[in-house]
Order: sequence, then C-alpha cells, then structure tokens
Amino acid sequence: MAAELHVELVAADRSVWSGEATLVIARTTSGDIGVMPGHQPLLGVLESGPVTIKTADGATVVAAVHGGFISFADDKLSLLAEIAELADEIDVERAERALERAKSEADAAAERRADVRLKAVTGVH
Amino acid sequence: MGAQLRVYKRRIKSVSATKKITKAMEMIAASRIVKAQRQVAASTPYASELTRAVTAVATGSNTKHALTTEVDNPVRAAVLLVTSDRGLAGGYSSNAIKAAEQLTQRLKAQGKDVVTYIVGRKGVAYYGFRERPVAGSWTGFTDSPTYADAKRVAGPLIEAVQLDTAEGGVDELHIVFTEFVSMMTQTPVDKRLLPLSLEVTAEETEAVKDKILPLYDFEPSDEAVLDALLPRYVESRIYNALLQAAASEHAARRRAMKSATDNAEELIKSLTRLANAARQADITQEISEIVGGASALADATAGSDR
Repeated sequence: MAAELHVELVAADRSVWSGEATLVIARTTSGDIGVMPGHQPLLGVLESGPVTIKTADGATVVAAVHGGFISFADDKLSLLAEIAELADEIDVERAERALERAKSEADAAAERRADVRLKAVTGVH
Repeated sequence: MGAQLRVYKRRIKSVSATKKITKAMEMIAASRIVKAQRQVAASTPYASELTRAVTAVATGSNTKHALTTEVDNPVRAAVLLVTSDRGLAGGYSSNAIKAAEQLTQRLKAQGKDVVTYIVGRKGVAYYGFRERPVAGSWTGFTDSPTYADAKRVAGPLIEAVQLDTAEGGVDELHIVFTEFVSMMTQTPVDKRLLPLSLEVTAEETEAVKDKILPLYDFEPSDEAVLDALLPRYVESRIYNALLQAAASEHAARRRAMKSATDNAEELIKSLTRLANAARQADITQEISEIVGGASALADATAGSDR
C-alpha cells in the first residue's frame, strides 16, 4: 500500500476537509506544486486557485482556495486559506452570476474568485 | 381598594415587567455564549496551524523582517482596544477600558507614544467623552464578529506597522481584549502581537515545542513567505481576540442580567409583603369602621327607646 499523508484543509472560520491522501496539487505563487508522502518540509504561499486532493481510497477532492498557505512536514500537510470551499459546496449558479457581475463591474479580484470557483466545480484547470 | 395598596400593586406590576425583560436578555445571552464558544473552537485549527507556520519561519530562517525584529528604540506603539457595542453587561467594557488605560500608562512610562484603535461603541464613547485622540474605530459587529470584520480591523494596523517610524508608523502592536476563561470568569488581558516575541509563540504552541522544527523549504522565498504570513497571522490573532471578546461579552451580560432578575424577584417579594400588610390594614380599618358604625347606631336606637 502506498504511503499516505494527512491533509488538513482549514479556512479561517472552520475546518473544511481533513483526511488521508496520496497526492495534493496546489497552486503556489511560483507555479503548481504536487506534494506526495515523504516530500521535503515545505512552506509556500498559495495563489487563489483550485486544490486537488487524491484521497487514499482513490477519490478526488477538489476545493477552491482563495489565498493562503501550504505547509508540509512529517507527512502532515496543512492548507490554510482565508476562504476555502469544496467543489460540491459551491453554488454554480451563484458563482456564474458573480462572474458576470464582476466582469461588468471590471472587478478583477471578484472575477478571479468566481472563476476559480467555477473551475473547481467543472474540473477544468 | 385602599390608595396605599393600589400604589404597591402598581409597583409590583412594573417590576415584574422589568424582570421579564431581564430574564429574556439573560436567556438570549446564555444561548449566544454557546454559539460564540463554538465559533472560537472553529477558528482554532486555522490559528494554531498559522502560529505553527509563523514559528517555523521565524525560527527557521535568518531573514530580518520588519514585522519580527525589535526596534532598538521603539518610539510609538499601537493599542487595539476591544469593547462592546451595547451596555447592560456589567463591568465588561469598563474593565477592558481600565486594562487599556493601565497598558497605556505603562507604555508611556517607557517613553513610547501611544496610538489607540478601538472596537466597540462603548470604548469609542469613553474616549470621545474625554476628547482623546483615536486613530481608528470600528463598531457594529462585537456581537458576532466575522473574519471579514477582523480583516477590516487588521488592515490599517498592519499598514501602520509597515510604515516607517519617521512617517508616523508604529513599532509595536498591542491588543487589549477580554479573555474567555470560563462561563464565570472573563479577564481583560493585554498581549503584544508585534514584533513577534518568540517566547510567546513558543508558549502558545506548547505541543510543538518539544519537537525540533523541521527545516522548511520556502516557496518562493522566506521573505516572501513572511511577507504573506505575518499579516494573516495578525488577522487571525485579531479574529481570535474578537471572538473571545464576543463570548466574554455574552457571558458578562448573562451574569449581569441574572443578578438583575434576582434583584427584581427580591423586590417583588418585599413589595408583595408590603401590599399584603396594606390590604390587611385596610380590612382591619373597614371592620372597625363597621363595628364603630353599628355600635353608634345601637346607641342611638337605645336612646330613642327610652
């Protein structure tokens, strides 16, 4: 059986997801990074973007993360984000509406947030 | 009904109306404490992970960061005071204000200028009445603060810290809030957020202290990580302080309202006793009037018979 790493995905006001995983892919400011068990201790700054977690039982969990940090040591990985949502928690219609509104108001940050949410749901990234 | 009795009845009615209100406020506060405590608990994973990360960077890298290094001669300190928006919470706000006053005195004795920031209407009113300068104030969310509120508060503070001292920036950042110890005990405390004192951080992460912290790889670089990490750290500390203050506020209000309800009960009891005595006096008087009237009549008839 492949080695596993323990993942904690926490937002500022709640714990979003925690469990065992075999691979975690997140987007740091210097590019996408994949963390597998036994990775060197790491502390990085996250971009707002989707985070993909391949869980120990073969399922895939996708979450939209808006800013934050990834820290990994001793096969324990924590993803800290001010706002984090699992893909199945995201309201697609609301995100689409937010995207339209952000586009019309030329609000780059809001547009990016809505875009990340939608991408996390559709799995295109 | 006698005049005296009517007055007592009226007072009993008004006191029981007040008692109903205080009882309701007590119950509302009691239910909100639980909610606030749950929020504190929910924010703990983020805060502890963040503290761990900050400790790791601060101890694991040799970079001197503006937010972590102590200035040789600190000349200005910012104090963030957390009070409540509403009263009727006993000594909650005034205790926090008192603690802030003490801290201010202490900092001034050390030769530092103090810049005050305030959360909560009560603190704003206190400083406004005394015409003291306040650098920034926020109101309207002390009941149930959200992370966005904490961010709003933290923004100007972080800006002030990052600014050069010569241009009006601050060298230290202190926070005064009421710590929620238990349902019965809430103590106002002052803590220094910045510059980060590593002993404090180590104490907060008691569990991590025993282990040797791993040598982290910093992505993209340790300065960049610190740059991004420290504002988040301050925000999360402020968020935690706001949540604890909210829980304390509800607990203090519950206690104040409970003693108000008890007092009202006591008052109703003694007023009822007085009303009973007044009623009894009325009855006695009526009886003696009737008896007196009857005997006067009897005397008159006896006189006419003769």
